[in-house]
Amino acid sequence: MKPKVLTLGNPYRQDDAVGPWIAQRLRQAGLEVCEVGDDLTRLLDGLAGADEAWVVEAVVSGQPPGTLHVLEVGAAPLPAVFERLSSHTIHLNETLELARSLGVLPPRTLIYGIEGRLFGSGEEPSPEVRQAAEALIRSIQARQGHPGNAPVTDTGQRKG
Amino acid sequence: MDDAAKPRHTRTIRVGNLARVEGEGALYVRVKGSRVEEVRLDIFEPPRFFEAFLRGRSFAEVPDITARICGICPVAYQMSSCQALEAALGLEVEGQLKALRRLLYCGEWIESHTLHIYFLHLPDFLGYPDSVRLAQDQPERVRRALQLKKTGNELMTLLGGREIHPVNVKVGGFYRVPRKAELKTMLAKLEQAREIALETVRFVAGLDFPDLEPDYTFVSLSEEGAYPILQGRIVSNRGLDIPVADFERHFHEEHVPHSNALHATLQGQPYLVGPLARYNLNFDRLPASLQSLAREVGLGPVCRNPFKSIVVRAIETLYACEEALRIIQAYEEPDAPSLPVVPKAATGAGCSEAPRGILYHRYQMDEKGLITEAKIVPPTSQNQKRIEEDLRQFVAAHLELPKPELTLRCEQTIRNYDPCISCATHFLRLEIEHET
Repeated sequence: MKPKVLTLGNPYRQDDAVGPWIAQRLRQAGLEVCEVGDDLTRLLDGLAGADEAWVVEAVVSGQPPGTLHVLEVGAAPLPAVFERLSSHTIHLNETLELARSLGVLPPRTLIYGIEGRLFGSGEEPSPEVRQAAEALIRSIQARQGHPGNAPVTDTGQRKG
Repeated sequence: MDDAAKPRHTRTIRVGNLARVEGEGALYVRVKGSRVEEVRLDIFEPPRFFEAFLRGRSFAEVPDITARICGICPVAYQMSSCQALEAALGLEVEGQLKALRRLLYCGEWIESHTLHIYFLHLPDFLGYPDSVRLAQDQPERVRRALQLKKTGNELMTLLGGREIHPVNVKVGGFYRVPRKAELKTMLAKLEQAREIALETVRFVAGLDFPDLEPDYTFVSLSEEGAYPILQGRIVSNRGLDIPVADFERHFHEEHVPHSNALHATLQGQPYLVGPLARYNLNFDRLPASLQSLAREVGLGPVCRNPFKSIVVRAIETLYACEEALRIIQAYEEPDAPSLPVVPKAATGAGCSEAPRGILYHRYQMDEKGLITEAKIVPPTSQNQKRIEEDLRQFVAAHLELPKPELTLRCEQTIRNYDPCISCATHFLRLEIEHET
């Protein structure tokens, strides 16, 4: 079974749009993507039944824009960076822990957080974020048929 | 200095971020002795300038552009904008097209109210820090809440083309109307949703509610023969009864330094919009079965306690499920998906009941149908001043509460309103300071 790719974010809030921006390009390349948007309760439905899930989201942690954070959801909640900047009504950490409580958290779930800089009104992510997104797209395309073998990008700023 | 070590009159309470609201903001409360000197709901989410960038765009784009203002209540923006533009063009959408719009709106009420009841508001009443702990203790309740919410989302997808920012609504009607068979697929799901909504009413009515009963000025729509959702006259419990076109003669917006959202007043005074206002001004428009249920669970025809808004939201969710079932069962496919629309130079106003209260739009366009002026007054900006008043009264009456409880109750007081700060500006930090 292929890993399920899920993207979060608002397509009209600049760097928060990186999830939808990646979803559109993966879909054009013929890959199946679940777009969650900014209502994270929908992520619960998206995660249910998957053996492996890759979740793409914009984050702010103070790192340079375009930095890729790769985290595997383990036995403990994610670091606080995934709750700090959420314009969503419930944040990503809370949603993943809800999924765990409800028994729908896939055995393996990876979070790809791309560091953003601009979160005003606008459709295009900033150049640094687009560059990181393109690298992640290539990596997802190359690895999508290989569950258990999550993409490692060439941005050189991977965190785990 | 730790609070406990300070004299009572210099107690300070600060909360870095108020969670479980939509958008970015902060709260500041300053208390001198036993007197609440200042209450400010600071909204620092940046202004979004939608009204400015609508200028020069075609009237036909307005419903889709304004739907982007909010991911939780896009239908409200589409309905108020269509209504304003249709008023300008002399169009009246009636019959099955109007029923389909009401059905789409029912979907939004179900999903938005369910999100707020279970995931944002209920943890406060049960002493949980968030919905995760609620789900750990009561997973089946949360599963059923998600099922209820999903039914609302599915209704929005079916009628709106997609559940987030629907794209099927246009001035004059819809781009495409559903076949009868498509709508019938929702019946079984809505029957189940109705059961869950009824469970929700009984469950939330049994919660413990803090005492607070301000003398509110309630403002809502009054829709002929129906509980207000789509349209109507603007009414209040103080005798206001005006057509939507007169909104700006009675309601005024002002800029205050601490907020990026404009504060609205009615003749200079704060007022309340949303579920409590709708319910109190339109109790007699609810079906008899829901009036009986409300009485049975101890609500009665008038409810002034803002903490009980969770019960009113539950009743409105049940109403939306029943209304959706009624509309689908009576549905006949219309001859055309929309009325013919010819642009002209004109101005029009529209108002509908977003889940959080009345949403007013006014547009002026030129002879080519290009927008020359736009005005949008969302419910949260109308409630801002009222939220500050509730906080002032609550803090003044409960200064004896220990700091953590007073802080929690202040946050809960704000969440009573289900504020959508993203809408109002186009997050929330809480800071309470006592000084001598």
